[in-house]
Amino acid sequence: MHEKDKRILGALFALALIAGGDGARAAGIDKQDFNQIERGHYLAIVGDCAACHTLPGSGHEFAGGRRIETPFGTLVSPNITPDPTTGIGAWTDQEFVNALTKGRGRHGTRLYPAMPYTYYTKLTPDDALAIHAYLNTIPAVHNAVKSDQLPFPFSMRWTLAIWDELFFTPGTFHPDPHKSAEWNRGAYLAEGPGHCGMCHTPKNFLGADDTRKSLQGYALQGWFSPNITNDPRRGLGGWSVDDIVAYLKTGHNKTSAATGLMSETLNLSTSKMSDADLEAIAVYLKNDTNGSSGNKTASADPPDPAVMKEGAAIYADECSGCHTLNGKGAPGLFPSLNGSPVVQQTDPTTVLHVVLRGARSVGTAPQPTAPAMPQFGWILDDDQVSAVVTYIRNAWGNSAPAVSANQVKKTRQMLVERSD
Amino acid sequence: MHQVNRRQLLATSAIALLLIPQAARAALIKGGLPWKPGAADPPTIVRPGPWHFFTAQEAATVEAFVDRLIPADDLSPGGKDCGCAVFIDRQLAGPYGRFDGYYMSGPFHKGTKQQGPQSPLTPAQHYRKALAALDDACRQKFGGKVFAALSDEQKDQAIKGLEDGSLKLEKLDGKEFFKLILKNTQNGFLADPIYGGNKGAASWKMIGFPGTHYDYRGWIDRHNQRVTLPTIGIADHPNWSE
Amino acid sequence: MARKLPHKDAVIIGLGWTGSILANELTDAGLDVVAIERGPWRDTATDFLMSYAQDELRYRIRHELFLRPSQISVTFRNNAEQMALPVRTWGAFMLGNGAGGAGVHWNAETWRFLPTDFTLRTHLTQRYGANILPQDMTIQDWGITYDQLEPHYDQFEYLCGTSGQAGNLKGTIQAGGNPFEGPRSRPYPTPPMKQGYGHTLFAQAAEELGYKPFPQPSGNLSQSYTNPLGVTLGQCTYCGFCEWFGCANYSKATPQTTILPVLLRKSSFEARTECEVTRINLDSSGKRATGVTYVDSSGSEVEQPADLVLLCAFSLFNVQLLLLSGIGTPYDPNTGQGQIGRNFTHQTMSSALGFFDKDRYNFNPFVASGAIGMCIDEFNGDNFDHSKAGFVGGGYIGQVQTNGRPIETTAVPPGTPAWGSKWKQALRDNYLSTINAGGACHGSMYSYRDVYLSLDPTYKDRFGRPLVRLTIDFHENELKMAAFMTDKYAELLQKMGAKQVVKQPRKGPYDVTAYQTSHLNGGAIMGTNPSNSALNIYLQSWDVPNLFVQGASAFPQNAGYNPTGTVGALAFWSAHAIRSQYLKNPGPLVHA
Repeated sequence: MHEKDKRILGALFALALIAGGDGARAAGIDKQDFNQIERGHYLAIVGDCAACHTLPGSGHEFAGGRRIETPFGTLVSPNITPDPTTGIGAWTDQEFVNALTKGRGRHGTRLYPAMPYTYYTKLTPDDALAIHAYLNTIPAVHNAVKSDQLPFPFSMRWTLAIWDELFFTPGTFHPDPHKSAEWNRGAYLAEGPGHCGMCHTPKNFLGADDTRKSLQGYALQGWFSPNITNDPRRGLGGWSVDDIVAYLKTGHNKTSAATGLMSETLNLSTSKMSDADLEAIAVYLKNDTNGSSGNKTASADPPDPAVMKEGAAIYADECSGCHTLNGKGAPGLFPSLNGSPVVQQTDPTTVLHVVLRGARSVGTAPQPTAPAMPQFGWILDDDQVSAVVTYIRNAWGNSAPAVSANQVKKTRQMLVERSD
Repeated sequence: MHQVNRRQLLATSAIALLLIPQAARAALIKGGLPWKPGAADPPTIVRPGPWHFFTAQEAATVEAFVDRLIPADDLSPGGKDCGCAVFIDRQLAGPYGRFDGYYMSGPFHKGTKQQGPQSPLTPAQHYRKALAALDDACRQKFGGKVFAALSDEQKDQAIKGLEDGSLKLEKLDGKEFFKLILKNTQNGFLADPIYGGNKGAASWKMIGFPGTHYDYRGWIDRHNQRVTLPTIGIADHPNWSE
Repeated sequence: MARKLPHKDAVIIGLGWTGSILANELTDAGLDVVAIERGPWRDTATDFLMSYAQDELRYRIRHELFLRPSQISVTFRNNAEQMALPVRTWGAFMLGNGAGGAGVHWNAETWRFLPTDFTLRTHLTQRYGANILPQDMTIQDWGITYDQLEPHYDQFEYLCGTSGQAGNLKGTIQAGGNPFEGPRSRPYPTPPMKQGYGHTLFAQAAEELGYKPFPQPSGNLSQSYTNPLGVTLGQCTYCGFCEWFGCANYSKATPQTTILPVLLRKSSFEARTECEVTRINLDSSGKRATGVTYVDSSGSEVEQPADLVLLCAFSLFNVQLLLLSGIGTPYDPNTGQGQIGRNFTHQTMSSALGFFDKDRYNFNPFVASGAIGMCIDEFNGDNFDHSKAGFVGGGYIGQVQTNGRPIETTAVPPGTPAWGSKWKQALRDNYLSTINAGGACHGSMYSYRDVYLSLDPTYKDRFGRPLVRLTIDFHENELKMAAFMTDKYAELLQKMGAKQVVKQPRKGPYDVTAYQTSHLNGGAIMGTNPSNSALNIYLQSWDVPNLFVQGASAFPQNAGYNPTGTVGALAFWSAHAIRSQYLKNPGPLVHA
């Protein structure tokens, strides 16, 4: 067999694998196809639709009404239950697939890219249909949602035509024939329904992904979603595939704990995914060469020794009781600051958030403890926070830019205005 | 520094606590461990400033008193410079002064010693009455001078008189007042400096208590060795800016 | 008019240790459970913060974590000739409140009672003859044996991650452990805690005197540990702010650090805090509980119907609620009739101060934990021949100094002036070199006819309900025991090299201002039939079979140990009976 044929076969095989089903099925929904509905349910979990479309505590799944913060204002998620008047019950399959993969609502209205169609576009048509098949089976909830709540000029949806032109490349996922089937599955999940880059890729001033810096971290909603490339210092370079799987599945691994916005993703999405899929994502992330320098050089100028001395003193008195003097903490309980990628992000927002306000790590069935860090904002002033955070970012072989008192002040101010 | 009041947080935070309308009005804890970002109920740190409870005359009396209970010497500054009077002032102005939390319903009967304190007199009321009565007693005994105006020797005499009961206070048990002020003074001397006394952790340095360190794992095995950690308090960390 | 809520399978009164254990067990059995807790919700990072947990004035002197007597208190008298007066502020005991109950601020000393403790009357009578027991002593056998409880002691210890050294493994005595303990099926889940200088010197002196010292079993953990529920605890850092305080770094076994994270994940469980149960409701027959009535923080009365009621409110309040709800017959000390309130006990604590040469000894008392210490058990229970002792009972003796908190650690030699420069000097000279362990002689208190609980005729709580009244004094037996134990401890301090020993044996009358643990027991005791107890051996009320009463109120008398290990074991034992027998066939589990 020719090499070219082999690659085509491999690609087809990979396509079948990533689509997770019978690629030869004709387009359309068979209401009695249990497998399709099951697959749609699973993909809705991978896609984490509930994170935007379910209002917490409402008891009404996918009925919308959740306020979503964007850099341009607050959107309210629509009702995607099958209710015919307030939900999407009247939508055809094609209309649904268009929304998911082309960013077009009914009658062609453009969706705001807060709906991750730029990622969901990678879904295969079968997968998109499966999601619709599943959504058709959930209880219909009559809940009229006024979605359009962005201020002028963003209220003008026609402007999205320009945005889409500049930043949106529609089209389903194309597997890389040089990579393994597992890698391709991970790529499909991460770049498609998993939409990791939505939170983890920095954005340009128009809110579109800066694709040159894919997955290198992004500040949103009071946190900084860290770099999840394979960078040895600031990314997942120090984590094994097993570490990543443990984290996504249970919220904890031997050095780290998920908190903040990632807690919800854990609870609603990744903790319910299959081990094989989590491994595939891990393999994909570990093989991502974008942004990874390969070796763990110092990433910043060495900080002022006086600041390090003060930070060390604060650390010994306030932090070592849990995180220990060598920064390694206790596995499954107190995250290791020593070698921590989160601590060494260029943008220190997450570390400052945790120090100023405390944070509870996520609790899952395999890891129910959910230990929480108390707040220190009441006792440490801006100078002291900057000293101790600069210290942990540069002690024990860590290296990250120093944090100024002014940065702390601004972060404190920003957090005061947030209730979450 | 920013102090977070727990009740304010409860009122404004909309997540984590699910309040189901038909249940009783109380916190309903369900569906996961609650979390309120920034939740804390830190102590109120006493700041120097005007007296919150004492009148100027009462303050003078108490400052003079604590300075004899804890005289200045080479072991530590005196009770006044340590802030013991400030400590007592702030305590009396707060919940302790009112005996908040105490069971203060009647009827009030004296009872046996084993049945404990049964007086309806709160510490704040007690001080108010006793300081005035003390000055009266001193005027009678020391030729018209109030306590604060006495010489050190005379002050000590007056204090001993309270202690052994020989110096009587009008309508009050002087011994009981002495026990109260002694306890409050020593508490202030030995408590964390945030409460106004023990300024500069003077008493802790005197006795060799290194303060509010939380991690002594490196010291538990070091038997019979002096702990060389800096002396710190909840809000006292001179070692941070050395 | 109380608002009536939808029915629950089980209602739990109080979310302390036993409430948390029962809630978790019953939800595992498939029940829908609500816990009603009088105090606030509490959790580590929101309530015991690393930056201010170490505040002696706030938590130790001003009692911040404890129940406020203004919310509810008790009254006290030594005997029936006196009028009982309210305990206006805590002294002899400190009552817990809030989620986790006293489990939040306990020392975490985690002991098992001796096998002979459970069959006390039979054992003592057989060994010494009935005349050794004072006429008015009302001790009795529990109705269960140590062997029956052993798997549940194990369960509680593995829940907590208790740190210790086994002394008796399946009948084989182990070096370094307590040779007197009952046989345990397996070692402690974590190794013993490290000990300080004073604790170590004590152990050396004990060995030299022919005793067998061992490390105190501790719920402050020697290393990080994950319990069978999947909850992880941390390693104790010997901060010295343990008992009376909340732990800031997850290293003290409490309901928060062992059970609540798992319990709260269950959709079949909810807790209502700041709600106080005012009575257990009964149907017209008086033999079946229909649920509870409680008052919420706005003062509204609410009725919570349930099929099963677990009374987990701490011994004193268990008894108060039984009396207020008309369950069982109140005890009458004159006739000896009635079970509710009978056989109330506390502890008989003694100590001694050991002053050492400050130039040669530095004990660093502040490097410690709530359950640190080296102990000997030669003088506990009936571990020694009492024929000529003049008393029965005893307790462990140990160098169990838990802290060097300055306000409390002011012991100075007798004759030192109470104030002035000489006082300061004595403080400075003795702080680091004094052994001052309040819990050194942890003596038992056996039960007596005239020591009991009842309702007070005069004083009321904020709802107008009578407070529970403690009628309690020491008896000759306990005071002789106290003097004996103190002498033994003093010998040990001398052997350690103390230059001056000041004995502090417990003396009567019982003083409600003098702290001696919060180990208040009895009042609703367990036993073999309704004429000698309020509860059967499964802690099920003889009078109301769908009511189970947890906690130390079940102890017919106290032993020479901290009670929580036994409280936890009994909770698991009772839960096991409920799950394996009661739920399948609700009704009395014992027919007597």
